[in-house]
Amino acid sequence: MPLLKVEKLTKSFGGLTAVSNVSIEIEKGELVGLIGPNGAGKTTVFNLLTGVYVPSSGSILFEKETPITGQGDSSSEGSAAGEKTVIELAGMKPYNVTKQGLARTFQNIRLFKDLTVLDNVRIAMHHNIHYGMFTSFLRFNKFYSEEKRMLEEAEQLLKIFNLEDKKNELAKNLPYGEQRHLEIARALATKPSLLLLDEPAAGMNPKETAALTELIKWVRKEFDLTILLIEHDMSLVMKICERIYVLDYGMLIASGKPEEIRSNKRVIEAYLGEENSNA
Amino acid sequence: MKALSKKNLLILGGLLLLYAAVLGLIITGIINPFYEITLALICINIILAVSLNLVTGFTGQFSLGHAGFMSIGAYTCAIINMQMNSMAGFLIGLFAGAVLAALVGILIGIPTLRLKGDYLAIATLGMAEIIRVIFLNLEITNGAAGLNGIPRFTNWTWLFIFTAASVVLINNFIRSSQGRACISIREDEIAAESMGINTTKYKVMAFAIGAFFAGIAGALYASYFYFIKPGLFGFLKSIDILVIVVLGGMGSITGSVIAATLLALITTFLQSFTEIRMILYAVVLIVIMIFRPKGLMGTTEITDILRFRFGRKEERIQ
Amino acid sequence: MDQFMQQMVNGISLGSIYALIALGYTMVYGIIKLINFAHGDVYMIGAYIGFAATTYAQLGFLPALLISMAACAVLGMTIERIAYKPLRGSTRIAVLITAIGVSLFLEYVMMFFVGAEVRSYPVLLSNKVFHLGNVLINTQQIYIVVTAIALMILLQFIVHKTKTGKAMRAVSIDRDAAQLMGIKVDNTISITFAIGSAFAGAAGVLVGIYYNSIDPLMGIMPGLKAFIAAVFGGIGNIPGAMIGGMAIGIMETLVSGYGYSLYRDAVVFAFLILILILKPSGLLGKNIREKV
Repeated sequence: MPLLKVEKLTKSFGGLTAVSNVSIEIEKGELVGLIGPNGAGKTTVFNLLTGVYVPSSGSILFEKETPITGQGDSSSEGSAAGEKTVIELAGMKPYNVTKQGLARTFQNIRLFKDLTVLDNVRIAMHHNIHYGMFTSFLRFNKFYSEEKRMLEEAEQLLKIFNLEDKKNELAKNLPYGEQRHLEIARALATKPSLLLLDEPAAGMNPKETAALTELIKWVRKEFDLTILLIEHDMSLVMKICERIYVLDYGMLIASGKPEEIRSNKRVIEAYLGEENSNA
Repeated sequence: MKALSKKNLLILGGLLLLYAAVLGLIITGIINPFYEITLALICINIILAVSLNLVTGFTGQFSLGHAGFMSIGAYTCAIINMQMNSMAGFLIGLFAGAVLAALVGILIGIPTLRLKGDYLAIATLGMAEIIRVIFLNLEITNGAAGLNGIPRFTNWTWLFIFTAASVVLINNFIRSSQGRACISIREDEIAAESMGINTTKYKVMAFAIGAFFAGIAGALYASYFYFIKPGLFGFLKSIDILVIVVLGGMGSITGSVIAATLLALITTFLQSFTEIRMILYAVVLIVIMIFRPKGLMGTTEITDILRFRFGRKEERIQ
Repeated sequence: MDQFMQQMVNGISLGSIYALIALGYTMVYGIIKLINFAHGDVYMIGAYIGFAATTYAQLGFLPALLISMAACAVLGMTIERIAYKPLRGSTRIAVLITAIGVSLFLEYVMMFFVGAEVRSYPVLLSNKVFHLGNVLINTQQIYIVVTAIALMILLQFIVHKTKTGKAMRAVSIDRDAAQLMGIKVDNTISITFAIGSAFAGAAGVLVGIYYNSIDPLMGIMPGLKAFIAAVFGGIGNIPGAMIGGMAIGIMETLVSGYGYSLYRDAVVFAFLILILILKPSGLLGKNIREKV
């Protein structure tokens, strides 16, 4: 069983079918790209995977590995550490999907703009805390120990992204590139095994994109991640993705290694068509 | 960080000092019975405003029905206290009222908190109206005439204890992981949900906690003023509470405390000029929304401002 | 059955009034996405203007109606200019709170000047009662329904056949695009407020005649109920507001007519909550999702 197995995923809004019969498989540890012209349905696929939309039909199977350190997590009851269980994500609420180990970033950056960098990360850690409402009210010792743990973990994460010095700044005051980085850091704070990046290089110049490419590679190794990436910037996708799926008009038109995709006739047509209509 | 840190001891000391000072003023008669009423109003308004602020200011769920929860606390406490005319009866009534208000909050919250913004405002308004109509028609609440002669067990000590406890507890909640989860809903619900926050759960939680403390405020009101009727807890009362929260700053506890005090004082001075007072309220609302929509304090607290000043000095020393 | 038919007649009269108020809510919501809480109070002021015109100036029904409509139109535009226009672009909650402020302002300014006491309207229309079988219909009810229907037809004409109406529809669909197409957005919003408020003014006069009593807080409840009517019909949708108004009026009179008048308001609010939960887009409204 691969880490993620999407079968015949379909989503229609009223009469419009945004995604039709899409099947995707991602093995653990892979870095896979999802590309396609504007309006091809890439973000809709992300929204389906993360529970923002409920699929009209099809299934999303996700192999969840119970983390070794995982304790007291109610969703992993009955499964021993390191054990693998297959979960159907279709129809699950977004917060629950995140708990299973999928995390995402957004195409149009959705940070908590008026909160500090630190709080942005700590909020993403919330589902891993082990104290309840009454502890919050009365501040038992558990509150202090858990908050301390959270703060340390958050600071460590921010250090990796060079944001430690800015932990008390409001997210909206960060430069654009750092906002993108913070979004990735925030997603990682949920402790995912599969990371979904929605156009992480959007709005970046070639230099920033290059730096981001390195960061993604590094993060993947460091956090032992599997990554699915939507991208418009072909140079980025071709450079780092091991496999690529191509979407056009909501349907998969090709899949394979970057070099295969580059020479695929249907892909070229889809992208050329877009350029023509843009001109 | 420990429960008995220097900071917490400082806060505790400050609170005790405030309590003793006001008590002294009451005993010496400087705060006469007329101003004692203002004092009670300040305390009750603080609890109401801080609890509504949790729902509206911090969690971002616009509620126009807070007076409904207040009325549940008031009636429950009054009815129990009239049956059990003792201090124990008062305390049992108060907690029963608060718990009942919280339960109704959960019951109402689960369906309505799916709504957003102005739709939620109208739905909560409707809920509060329904609660009012029910009290208007029940026998045990004595209909439109209301309940008279509720035993008065509330005094400055109880008012102070419950007000201080409400503010401290709500403040603790907001500055916890659960509190941050609530705030993230206000900031961006979709992003919050994608970061693993069960938004429905925390909206309902904030709503129920808000209702719980509004219930306490209602119980204190019934016990202090020994007379309640459904008309006291209508739409206008909910607006009253909202004005305090908006004026103080949505998302600032100290802002709510300051605004509650300020407005209770204004109410006292303009007691015989209801119309002028309401016109003033209205103008304040409009002017604030146009020129300072964040309210007096925005989302900052007095302590933030003090810390900012203090922090600067420290830097200079270095 | 007679009882039922009688309640229907009463319900339709009341419903016409709700529908007139609901139109203003729905038009304003359609164009600037604001629940104009002050709308019920414009209706209250319309009732007072009608009262002044008939009592002090001794005018008849039609002149009083027209004066009230004109004055309310001006009032509506003024409110929009002073209170809402500076808030274009701020959060919807900020505008909603402002609207609550305007509502309180109008109520208590009126209370300050005319006092809190209830006043009664002079008899303007004959009280002649017609018998249709066992169902009674009086002249006032006929006037109310006819006036309401005439105004609604006029509104449909304005919205669908005039340039102004076209501009209103354009602004409500996409304000920025309308602006780029050369539509004077601010003027269009003003006109929308004027028309909506004029209708509320008409409703105020009609209610004064029908219930024969007015007071400064009379606008709160009908305002809320008209809003519910607008939501039921699908907010932003003009025929929806008419249907919604009628439905709420009939529901209310039926509940009262069958002996539950004390629970009348609760039933209406419960109905609102049901609609909001089951079909928040209303009968004729469209569902809009946030783009992620």
